[in-house]
Amino acid sequence: MLDDPVVALTILTLSLFVGFEVISKVPPLLHTPLMSGSNAISGITIVGALLAAGGSDRNLSTVLGFIAIVFATINVVGGFLVTNRMLAMFKKKPDKP
Amino acid sequence: MIDHLIQYAYLVGAVLLILGMRALGSPKTAVRGNLIASLGMLVLVVATLFLQGVVDYPVIIAGVLLGSAIGAFLALRIQMTAMPQMVALLNGFGGGASTLVASGELFGYARAGTFPEGIVPYAIVAGALIGAVTFTGSIVAFAKLQELMRGAAITYPLQKVINGLIAIAVLALCAAVVIDPHALPLYLTLVGISLVLGVLLVIPIGGADMPVVISLLNSYSGLAACATGFVLGNSALVIGGSLVGASGIILTKIMCDAMNRSLTNVLFGAFGAVEEAGPAASGPQGTAKGYTPEDAAVIFANARRVIIVPGYGMAVAQAQHAVRELSDVLGEAGIDVKFAIHPVAGRMPGHMNVLLAEADVPYDKLVEMDDINPEFPEADVALVLGANDVVNPMARTEKSSPIYGMPILDVDRATYVFVIKRSMNPGFAGIQNPLFFNDNTMMIFGDAKKTVLQIIEAVRNFAS
Repeated sequence: MLDDPVVALTILTLSLFVGFEVISKVPPLLHTPLMSGSNAISGITIVGALLAAGGSDRNLSTVLGFIAIVFATINVVGGFLVTNRMLAMFKKKPDKP
Repeated sequence: MIDHLIQYAYLVGAVLLILGMRALGSPKTAVRGNLIASLGMLVLVVATLFLQGVVDYPVIIAGVLLGSAIGAFLALRIQMTAMPQMVALLNGFGGGASTLVASGELFGYARAGTFPEGIVPYAIVAGALIGAVTFTGSIVAFAKLQELMRGAAITYPLQKVINGLIAIAVLALCAAVVIDPHALPLYLTLVGISLVLGVLLVIPIGGADMPVVISLLNSYSGLAACATGFVLGNSALVIGGSLVGASGIILTKIMCDAMNRSLTNVLFGAFGAVEEAGPAASGPQGTAKGYTPEDAAVIFANARRVIIVPGYGMAVAQAQHAVRELSDVLGEAGIDVKFAIHPVAGRMPGHMNVLLAEADVPYDKLVEMDDINPEFPEADVALVLGANDVVNPMARTEKSSPIYGMPILDVDRATYVFVIKRSMNPGFAGIQNPLFFNDNTMMIFGDAKKTVLQIIEAVRNFAS
């Protein structure tokens, strides 16, 4: 589907617009969690890493893919966990007397 | 059939990412947003495992387990004060992964003896270039924040010329690889120079500009992922990557606006470089008056409204818990205590909010710059804790000052200003701060945490 550059660019452009719309007007309070959360999402390149490492032949691409999986997983798991940790701190505040 | 199901799963995953990002933008729904986004990621990963051609599960499982262990270890062990370097490091891993994926694809084409078609060769060089710049740029940012290297701007003669020449070389190599994707030596040179470029672009950026750099690198890591999406013809990657790219650009713009500087100026201005520090330090001079924590206690005893202004110094001294205690002690004495948060205080967007949240300061006590500034004239005391440039009144008046025009917190309009600072050294920008010489300013020299604890002690003694 993405072989057609027009389709690909359409998806890219619309996604960028969605990104701008979704993110603008975020209060400064949440700037760090938003950044670390979106940081985790940038680890989506793990999808590419799985494709590169999971091929039937083992060769140089498998090695690169393996390292890419490790890197991207650190990004994804670390990003979401640390965001959750931060947000948990924000969350418990209103319960306090 | 299965391929169609995978495409639907990708759609579901992408929608979950978007919903998650949106929920992350509001305090009430942020926790849920993070969970929705991680669920979306899980859907995308699992769907990919069913794709045709993904068969080597042992390699995948090993990589995912190793990465998860390292990521979880980092995320759970990291101190909140070290959050900026954590974000920088994670960014670097994302960028590095994108470069590796793009490279793996290119080598695959070379092995098969086929040429990538359409936009694929462009996407390969874009992914490799942006990913590599993100990788080394983030590592330099990490090293600066972790104080493994000097945090100040590092400049040298002809810096811009050299960077410009390297940028031209990178573009030429990109073109050469697009024309002949099988020219692997050219490609490897491109990756190598991009790695160098990442280092060179970040070293001239000084400490207080870090919020901009971190936001920008965040954006880059998304764009690199987006490029690999085009390489692999994978819509989930394109959507997820561009979401991050867009959000990073917005954060970057917010940070630049908060400093009244253009992005170009932040990236290439080498603000606070050695050669600028000389004349700048010759700004207003005078005698700053040194006071003791006991003096502060006397003033606090008569105060009714106190505004605390935290800065990077609070993070360095890990003083957030002591500061919370001080605000509690003052609160018990019937004093109204608020925190004034400058958007670029600290080393990453929202840095002060995270630290104060960790110390259990209720978030309705944290007031943004535009809302708190009208309150300074009515405040009895403004307590500045390790902040400098964000409270420098020269930004309002001194046209020749490098920070002229930057929106600041109007602490000098409070009746009394306490500034807790380690020494009279000017801030990172090398700019002298006339606030310290004002008649209503009282300097208390010392480590932020120790000094705050001493003030708490003195306030308690004074009250009893």
